[in-house]
Amino acid sequence: MSLSKLNSLYREVILDHADHPHHKHALTDATTTMTVKNPTCGDVINLDIDLNEDDVITNIGFTGEGCTISQSSASMMSDAVLGKTKDEALKMAKTFSDMVMGKQHDQADLDELDDAAILSSIVSFPARIKCATLSWWALQRALLSSQQEESDGEA
Amino acid sequence: MKTDISDLRGDFPILDQLVNDEPLTYLDNAATAQKPNQVVAALTHFYQTDNANVHRGVHTLAERATAAYEDARHKVTHFIKAAEPAEVIFTKGATDSLNLVASTYGEANIEAGDEIVISIMEHHSNLIPWQQLALRKHATLKYIELTPTGELDMGDAETKITDKTKIVAVAHASNVMGTVNPIAALTKMAHQHGAIMVCDGAQAVPHMPVDVQALNVDFYAFSGHKMMAPTGIGVLYGKRDLLAAMPPYQFGGEMINFVHRYESTWNELPWKFEAGTQNIAGAVGLGAAIDYLENLGMSNVQAHEQQLVNSLLPQLTADHQIEVYGPHDPARHTGVIAFNIKGLHPHDVATALDMEGVAVRAGHHCAQPLMETLGLVATVRTSLYIYNTQDDVDRLIHALNETKEFFSHELIKAE
Repeated sequence: MSLSKLNSLYREVILDHADHPHHKHALTDATTTMTVKNPTCGDVINLDIDLNEDDVITNIGFTGEGCTISQSSASMMSDAVLGKTKDEALKMAKTFSDMVMGKQHDQADLDELDDAAILSSIVSFPARIKCATLSWWALQRALLSSQQEESDGEA
Repeated sequence: MKTDISDLRGDFPILDQLVNDEPLTYLDNAATAQKPNQVVAALTHFYQTDNANVHRGVHTLAERATAAYEDARHKVTHFIKAAEPAEVIFTKGATDSLNLVASTYGEANIEAGDEIVISIMEHHSNLIPWQQLALRKHATLKYIELTPTGELDMGDAETKITDKTKIVAVAHASNVMGTVNPIAALTKMAHQHGAIMVCDGAQAVPHMPVDVQALNVDFYAFSGHKMMAPTGIGVLYGKRDLLAAMPPYQFGGEMINFVHRYESTWNELPWKFEAGTQNIAGAVGLGAAIDYLENLGMSNVQAHEQQLVNSLLPQLTADHQIEVYGPHDPARHTGVIAFNIKGLHPHDVATALDMEGVAVRAGHHCAQPLMETLGLVATVRTSLYIYNTQDDVDRLIHALNETKEFFSHELIKAE
């Protein structure tokens, strides 16, 4: 049956993350929060991040509704960036974005993504790329907005 | 002689292809319909033999193009039973038609404190123009709510439409709930209170006989592309006295009578509302689509879709893992059916169905206030048209079963 092709998208690890998402909870007193919406389907991700004084992500949590792909992507993203610095996490977001768009990327960068690298299969499902990138987009905006706030504070 | 409606697929070569190694099952007709060879041929013929700008030249091609364009207007007039071609304005589509009414009639007639009444099942195209008009004019926007079975609550309509109401705007057929609204009754109610009735017919005109004079609506909007015409052509029907009193929508060529340095006068109806070079080929294509539908007979079109709904809807409602939105009675349902597989996100379902060659829509269907009211983020939507067959229904049911099986781990939280 042609649904066997679905296996390339819905790998076991993706379904596991969707069924039992990691870090799916709100943080109290998060240093940065960001809410993003996928306007095509109405899916929402609220992302909470704790950044310490060294710009290391010390805690991360997300809430919201979404499909299997967006939920598992948020779970895998949270796993991957926890303990990373802001710059490392932003680089990972760029790698992830390049990967799902089918652009070239270093294997070493890809390894950094951990489980999230499995979503490279989304290239064959262009309609679903936004589902996969929603949480990474939230991460990027959260980190850049925290930067913005800092520079605003300094000014 | 009527064409046999059970055997139209030869007219639609696009349907004869494999998608993801499976035969294409196109069930996204509420988004847009496929175009038969006859419509494509009419476009080709126009561009290859008659193309010129209309109403402007005295040369032969200009005359032919003008005749073809105005002939299409006559076909529309006859098709929706308008009183005269002057009441049929070509637009880009239903959205453009509804914006035209809001920006001209609405702008000229709505004042602070007036009320505009729409329904909660409106597509964004028949919602935002009124919402924004109400905001601009400090008018009040009111919503007619739904009954528990997902139909328009006419009791609520009676309380919402008052002597303060100036405009009532409601869809003829819902693009989500699959219901047909009692437009004639609503129009009567609107008129009793001195309001005008605007009807969004985008999901009705392609699927059922429509008689704008019998409905007695003041304005009626629809799109060509959902009835097998090209994209970018649509219609606004309006009663002559209202259209005549309305200010123009856009200014430019074709819509003028005389232009002086500091003032201008406007062309006759309907051209007053057709500024600039129009979608001439699109209108010709719409005429060809109307010919195609009239050859089948709109009652036959409706009966064909009803037959498929009678097979499909009970299979969906009987499945305890599937939740169907809108009425469950097939007799009260159009070919638009919104549903979800419990515990599965509609995007995941739509991707799985696509792998089986089945094209459906997943999302909020440009009806976010309705989704919010139903407590939903999104749904799957399947929608039928004349070229769909019992095979298509069977393939959808089969693909849904495969989808449930594929995701049959803890994701399914049925019961």
